[in-house]
Amino acid sequence: MPVAGVIAALAVGAAMLLALKVDPLAAYAAMFNGAVGTRFGLTQTLVKATPLLLVGTGICIAFRANVINIGGEGQIIVGALMGAWVPLTFHAWPGWALVPATCVMGFLAGAAWGFIPGILKARLRVNEILSTIMMNAIALQLMNLLLQGALMDPSGIAKGTFLAQSAQLPPQAWLARLVPRTLLHSGAIIALVLAVVAYVFLWRTTIGYGIRAVGLNPDASRYSGINVPFYQALSLTLAGGYAGLAGAIEVIGVQHRLMEGLTSGYGFTGIVAALLGGLHPIGLIPASVVFGGLLVGADKMQRATQVPSSLVTAILGVIVLFVSGAALWSRRWAAKRLASVQQAKEGDG
Amino acid sequence: MRGFLSWSVLSGILNTMVGLATPFLYAALGETFAQTAGVVNLGVDGVMLLSAFAAFYVALSSGSLWLGLLAAALVGLAMGLLMSLVSVTLKAEQGVSGIGLYMFGLGMSSLLFKVLIGTVKTVVGFKPVSIPMLSRIPFAGPILFHNDVLTYGAFLLVPVAWWVLEKTTLGLKLKAVGQNPAAADSVGIGVGRIRYVAVCIGAVLAGVAGASLSIAQLDLFQDNLTAGQGFIAVALVYFGGWRPIGVLAGALLFSVANSFQLWIQVLGVKVPSSVAVMLPYLLTILALTVTANRARQPAALNKPFERGES
Repeated sequence: MPVAGVIAALAVGAAMLLALKVDPLAAYAAMFNGAVGTRFGLTQTLVKATPLLLVGTGICIAFRANVINIGGEGQIIVGALMGAWVPLTFHAWPGWALVPATCVMGFLAGAAWGFIPGILKARLRVNEILSTIMMNAIALQLMNLLLQGALMDPSGIAKGTFLAQSAQLPPQAWLARLVPRTLLHSGAIIALVLAVVAYVFLWRTTIGYGIRAVGLNPDASRYSGINVPFYQALSLTLAGGYAGLAGAIEVIGVQHRLMEGLTSGYGFTGIVAALLGGLHPIGLIPASVVFGGLLVGADKMQRATQVPSSLVTAILGVIVLFVSGAALWSRRWAAKRLASVQQAKEGDG
Repeated sequence: MRGFLSWSVLSGILNTMVGLATPFLYAALGETFAQTAGVVNLGVDGVMLLSAFAAFYVALSSGSLWLGLLAAALVGLAMGLLMSLVSVTLKAEQGVSGIGLYMFGLGMSSLLFKVLIGTVKTVVGFKPVSIPMLSRIPFAGPILFHNDVLTYGAFLLVPVAWWVLEKTTLGLKLKAVGQNPAAADSVGIGVGRIRYVAVCIGAVLAGVAGASLSIAQLDLFQDNLTAGQGFIAVALVYFGGWRPIGVLAGALLFSVANSFQLWIQVLGVKVPSSVAVMLPYLLTILALTVTANRARQPAALNKPFERGES
């Protein structure tokens, strides 16, 4: 079903390209070639897949508790703030201490940013979709404030350029490059490991079971003594933590400094990846690579065919509409299959 | 500080407030219709963006603001039908499908803007029209009776929306399918059809909200012109307790906070602009928190209707 969603969306994209008088095959070829055709393109795809996998895993955890996290953007930002602040403040620390400390602080900052809407939903029934969107706007302004103040690059101030970016981080805080002369960094491995951890957590631990039970049927969970508000708040806190870590890793892995526009819409693209990954951390691994490739390919397509890369945002929207609309049919299909299996069993008996 | 609180500044703040409230009123009153019938359309911001572009583009190329407004309403209608198809007919999870609609509008408006216009351009938008006599009332006159036609429309929409929801058969049906779709269905009200109507009314009004930004307030279009105003409009519906008068109160409160923050910057009060910009969003979270536990919420809000269930 997810694959069908992507194909249908690409067909809609092709129709849009035709309307723009661009050969869709040429545009998609440029996109595909840009994403996987070269060594650099391929590693860039994985670089972009890394934050998508982390953010998307968090969104999966929240979704499993039936909590919708639209706050990925803001959680990435506060994580990224830590990703810059910790190495710049503790610049004398050795790398083996600084890198884990930065990751942990990024996770905690994002978790705090998820906890606020989480507890508001759990205790006061505040709609989490709206509150997380507001938290995004607040985080964005917080970053602007710090980039124009405490975190602004001192050399930019000295030179009088006043660029809205932080100083470069001390080199021992940088994540190791996995492939020489590319941007692919060890954060990709961290993301992969943490996706598997999330899977084990959700399906092999008691707390994970609680999260899924609350998501499947909150009323039944309540009657059977499960603390529903706790699991709702926890799921959004963990989702925020994963996104915050993505932000910190983006800073110490790719940019090596805090800059405006660092989230690149990962918070929203992560939702799409999570949906297409079947809201499952393992399914999300290929899905995030596909969407990482789509983002990289879009830039390439823009350069090759002059089609603005915002086409991809529109296509992502169409994918979400398709997948959410198709959920009914896949549910019905599953119910029908279940019924026929039961019938077959009764026939045997 | 004494200069800051002068009469002229106060009237300036209130004047700005009335203008800022206009898109919120259209979008939030429209969303009130959709939510009264039980459908949360989270894609309002996307509808506003694409409609704002349509209005701007048509006004720019045809020279007619009214044609631009019509284009915005039609784009709103089309996106309303799309949202209804996915959320009502296909019974999608509304939080998710709305985000899809938002991303579609965001991407599409940016794409079309870059392809069809490309550079920063402006139009001569709707101009303020003074209402004879009334606009000469001291202080209140220029604030209330010297506005553009879309602003008058937005404020007139408040009693109209109240009348439709409270005094007409359509309003009764909207409430019925929002409160108890199964009961409505059993007395022969087409739940799906009424929800289509509600979502489409909402989306057309969101389209007008977009047009009010691009051809009446700002007179330009740029990427992500709304900057999330559509989401705030959705929040205002919760804040207003699904009543037009409550939505009006919310829109005015939010707009006065925003207007205050703009004037703080204009007057050079030493507050970092990012802190000032942050305030309205903090206010929204606070407002959502304070009003979260009210019982007025339509019972079937956010729940697709399936005949024979529950």
